[in-house]
Amino acid sequence: MKALRNYLDKIKPNFLEGGKLHWAHSTFDAIETFLYVPNSTSKSGVHIHDARDSKRTMIVVVLALIPALLVGMYNVGLQHYLAIGQAEAVDGLAKFLYGLLAVLPQIVVAYGVGLGIEFVVAQVKKEEVAEGFLVSGILIPMIMPIDTPLWMLALATAFAVVFAKEVFGGTGYNIFNVALIARAFLFFSYPSKMSGDQVWVRTADTFGVGGGTVVDGYSGATPLSQLVTADSGNFADFTFTGVTGQPLSIIEMFIGLIPGSIGETSLAAILLGALILIVTGVASWKIMFSIFAGGFATVAVINLFAANLVMEMPAYYHFLLGGFAFGAVFMATDPVTAARTETGKWIYGLLIGFLAIVIRVFNPGFPEGMMLAILFMNAFAPLIDLYIVDANIKRRMKRGIAAKTLTNGGKGNE
Amino acid sequence: MAILSGKTKAALLGPLNKDNPVIVQVLGICSALAVTAKLEPAIVMAIAVTVVVALANVIISLLRKLIPTRVRMIVQLMVAATLVAIVSELLKAYAFDVNRQLSVFVGLIVSNCILMGRMEAFALGNGPWPSFLDGIGNGLGYGWILVVLGFVRELFGSGTLLGYQIIPQIFYDAGYQNNGFMSLAPMAILLTGVIIWIHRARNKDLQETE
Repeated sequence: MKALRNYLDKIKPNFLEGGKLHWAHSTFDAIETFLYVPNSTSKSGVHIHDARDSKRTMIVVVLALIPALLVGMYNVGLQHYLAIGQAEAVDGLAKFLYGLLAVLPQIVVAYGVGLGIEFVVAQVKKEEVAEGFLVSGILIPMIMPIDTPLWMLALATAFAVVFAKEVFGGTGYNIFNVALIARAFLFFSYPSKMSGDQVWVRTADTFGVGGGTVVDGYSGATPLSQLVTADSGNFADFTFTGVTGQPLSIIEMFIGLIPGSIGETSLAAILLGALILIVTGVASWKIMFSIFAGGFATVAVINLFAANLVMEMPAYYHFLLGGFAFGAVFMATDPVTAARTETGKWIYGLLIGFLAIVIRVFNPGFPEGMMLAILFMNAFAPLIDLYIVDANIKRRMKRGIAAKTLTNGGKGNE
Repeated sequence: MAILSGKTKAALLGPLNKDNPVIVQVLGICSALAVTAKLEPAIVMAIAVTVVVALANVIISLLRKLIPTRVRMIVQLMVAATLVAIVSELLKAYAFDVNRQLSVFVGLIVSNCILMGRMEAFALGNGPWPSFLDGIGNGLGYGWILVVLGFVRELFGSGTLLGYQIIPQIFYDAGYQNNGFMSLAPMAILLTGVIIWIHRARNKDLQETE
């Protein structure tokens, strides 16, 4: 560690004003502050500073995402070997390895494209490289189907970074969650690659690992889309099935051994991530809790007037399946795009839960509603904050006036 | 005398660049988003608007001393509606398919801000010849934005131009797909934004000071 510090100190003068590599100052600064907490202090006045700057905050989010990512990788392998009928023949490690090889290129592409644009923009504008993409870069592959072509991923990442982030002024100024914009872009651009039953399970080989012909009766439909396509019957008689038609238990859904986007399937791993985020104080528990509360209340009302399968589905299935939990924990809590006032967080969360369920249940075109619900509420978060702040000001004003008339009244009585 | 003196030249060429009705004055956006999913309707729309604005400008300019100020809007609307009706009938007769693609937007030229704006702001105060050039200029200024939008959106949204396949089959075999988002209106407004971005970056004097 000492050697690294010494090396950085040695090459630093090259990047300072007048140094021959000054044009690359932003890049050097980004790497240095990424490796070491910057040693700069304020020069005037009294400041209280948390040692945890935004780079450290971002890393906590990335750490919280790791469990979901690892389970997701294993699940990619598991679904693959189930689909080609070799689930018993290969051991867990081989399944994980397959998933690792399938997911890794997507992470590399997302980071490469996103950070590439960030570094170039920062260098051109002569600013520090902002750290926001550390989280977006890992979120983007995790909310995509595993079979998303890499060029689409690159295109969507570039689109999201430029149009959802840089045009608004970079990290901290974006209105919409960058990773979700990448997903929404693909969702509307290439619907055949982002929904349906062909994209959630990778059936081809990855770098020569795995591969084979799919078994008879194979279906890659996610549980949620199975539910939407099954148009009659009672929910009590309905069974969710895996890729080979085997029934899925609640435990499997909880651990995340079902077809779906890479990061979203495992509720267990997501809850672990949520715990990390809440304990470290990085994400707001109010938002997470209110999303689940809003979703729960909406489902409870819909269940009362249930007219079909989807409307009959109890709330815990809504939380187990699809991206509801992942969105609630990792996407909606993005501090930049969420509501910032404490009361506002409750309203913001409740409405996301409500909208996500409404889109899921009442719109057969969208089996999953979390992405649109969060993006929609991202747009409304500033408005919610505005009214909360406004109401606070009015209340205090009233209190102030009341106090003033009270004192005046007292004087009048003398 | 040169055919184009300073003022008439500005009337004709200004709207193509620094006085563009779409990307500077931000008028006529609605139809610019609606008809540009394909190149052909975009071109037809551009021609239709150019013809209507030019003729309407000339007629209003000729009548400008006769029209009482109070009823000028009604007169302008009458002239515009008549011309649009003629253009609409011509399209139905000679380009029925395109007319169907343009649907209501031919009729809606009547309410196009550019048309009313030019009659009100230019034709009422200028002679027929400058008014004609002003109409042509504004129509073309609107038109080239439509053509650029139609070109990009049809090329990437459908892989074709004017209905002919441009992106070769080899690309599709290699995994390329048409971008469905390009055919939707949100992408059109994003592309318009990009054109405005590039235009303002090149014309610093158009940038607002804060």
